[in-house]
Amino acid sequence: MPLLECIDLAPGYGANAVCPPLSFSVEPGDYLCVLGENGSGKSTLMRTILGLQKPVAGEVRLGDGFLPNQIGYLPQQTAIQKDFPASVMEVVLSGCQGKHFFQPFYTKAQKEMAQKQLQRLDALGLSRKCYRELSGGQQQRVLLARALCATEKLLLLDEPVSGLDPQATQAMYDRIRDLNRQQGLAIIMISHDIPSALRDATRILRLGNHPFLGDVEEARKTFLTEAPKGGEEA
Amino acid sequence: MSEIIKNLLDYLQFPFVQYALIAGTLIALCSSLLGVTLVLKRYSLIGDGLSHVAFCAMACALPLHMTNDMPLTLLLTIACAVLLLRSGRNTRFTGDAAVAMISVASLALGYLIINLCASSANVSADVCSTLFGSTSILTLTPVKVWLCVALSVVVVTFFVLFYHKIFAVVFDEEFARATGVRVEMYNLLLAIVIAVVIVLAMNLVGSLLISALVVFPALSALRVYKSFLSVTICSVVVSVLGTLLGIIISILSGTPVGVTIVAVDLAVFILFCIIGACKGK
Repeated sequence: MPLLECIDLAPGYGANAVCPPLSFSVEPGDYLCVLGENGSGKSTLMRTILGLQKPVAGEVRLGDGFLPNQIGYLPQQTAIQKDFPASVMEVVLSGCQGKHFFQPFYTKAQKEMAQKQLQRLDALGLSRKCYRELSGGQQQRVLLARALCATEKLLLLDEPVSGLDPQATQAMYDRIRDLNRQQGLAIIMISHDIPSALRDATRILRLGNHPFLGDVEEARKTFLTEAPKGGEEA
Repeated sequence: MSEIIKNLLDYLQFPFVQYALIAGTLIALCSSLLGVTLVLKRYSLIGDGLSHVAFCAMACALPLHMTNDMPLTLLLTIACAVLLLRSGRNTRFTGDAAVAMISVASLALGYLIINLCASSANVSADVCSTLFGSTSILTLTPVKVWLCVALSVVVVTFFVLFYHKIFAVVFDEEFARATGVRVEMYNLLLAIVIAVVIVLAMNLVGSLLISALVVFPALSALRVYKSFLSVTICSVVVSVLGTLLGIIISILSGTPVGVTIVAVDLAVFILFCIIGACKGK
C-alpha cells in the first residue's frame, strides 16, 4: 500500500505545466530524491504534492487513512525567519498546529513530543535558545524537528542543505538517512547534489532535459554513462 | 511635585478623563497585540494606509448626512484590509506598493470630498483634527466607551485563543498551509481585526499618527526580547503604560493627546534601543 501516488500528475501554473505528466508512487520506507536543473519544476511538484497549488492535470492520491495534515515539510527558509523573535520550543511546537483546528494551549504530551523530536536530532540543548541566534545548520535541525512533529510517516524536504557549510551539509544528510533507514520514515527530497543523492536515496526522479525515474542502482548506471556531458547542469 | 499630583487627582474626578484613560488603555492594548504580528509580517505601514481609508470613509459619510459614520467606516476599512492582506500573494502588486497606493489615494479623495461638501466654515480645522487626533478622546460618550470595551474584548479573545495559530502563520505561512492550518482564514480574520483596531484607534491619535501606536511598542520590545511570547507581552505593557503616561502628560500640560502619546512611545523606543545595545555586548 503506497503512502502517496501521483497519477499522470502535471504540476504547473494555470494551464501551463512545468514538466510532462509524472506517474510514481512512494511506499513506506522509500527515499526518493528529486533532481533537475533550476526551473525544471522540482519545487512546483513538491508544492503540488503538498496541496499548496492545484495540478494542471492528473492527481495526487494519498494512501488509506493517510491525511494531508500528516505530511511533514521542511521548506526553504524565508527572509522573515532570519530576524524573527522566537524560542526554539515555540518553533518546534508550531509543527503540531495543523493537527487540530482549535488549540489555544499545547498539552503536556505535545511538549514532551517536541522535546523528543529535538532529542532525535541531537538538538535538545537548543530548546531554550533563540531561533534567530542559531547557526544555519542548527536552524535547519530545528525546522526538521518541527516537521517531525507534524508527521510519523512522510517527510518532504526542499533543498535542506542550501546555505550550509560542507560539514553541516554532511551532518544533515546523515541525519536524513538515519530517519529513513533507522526510523522508517519515507522521504521525498529536492536536491542538487547528485553524488549524495546516489549514495543515500533508494529511488531517483530527475526532471528537466534528461528525465529519469527509477531505482538508485539504475540511476548510477545511467548517470555514469552520461556523466562527461554533464547531464545535470548543476 | 505634590502640586502636580493634586492637580492630576482633581482631573481624575471628571468622567471624561476617566473615559479617555479607559479607552486609551484598551486601544493601546489591542494595537500593540496586532503590532507585533504586523511588524513581523512586514506590514508596518498597513495601519497608516487603513487609517487613511477610514478618513476617506468618514468624509464620504459627510455628504450622505449620516449621523453615525461608524458602520460605513468599519465596512470600508475592513474591505480594504482584506484586499491589502490578500494582495500579498499577488505578484503584480507587492505589499508596500499596494499600501502606498491605497493610502495616498484615499487621503486625497477624502480631503476632496470634504472640501466639496463642506458644511462647517472651518474645513481645515476639521481635517486637522481627524488627521492628528483632536480632543475627541476627551469628548467620548459612554456609548463609545462601551463600544471600545466590547471590541477590545473581541480582539483580545481572538488573539489569546488563536495565539499559537497566529504564530505558526506569521513564522512560516508555507509550512502552516502545508501541514493543514487554514492560513487563508486566519489572514482574513487578522485583516478584519486590524481594521477594527484602526478605526478604534483613530479616536485616540488621529489617522496620521496611528502607525506609531501599532509599530513603536513592537519595535521597542523587539530590541530587547527574543521569544514571540515575551515580545508580545512586553509590547503590550510598553504600549499601555506609554499611552497612559501620554494622556496624563497631555492633560496636565495641555498638549495635543495624539502627538504626546507618540512622543512618549518614541522616547521609550530610544530607551529600549540603548538597553538592547547594552545587553548585546
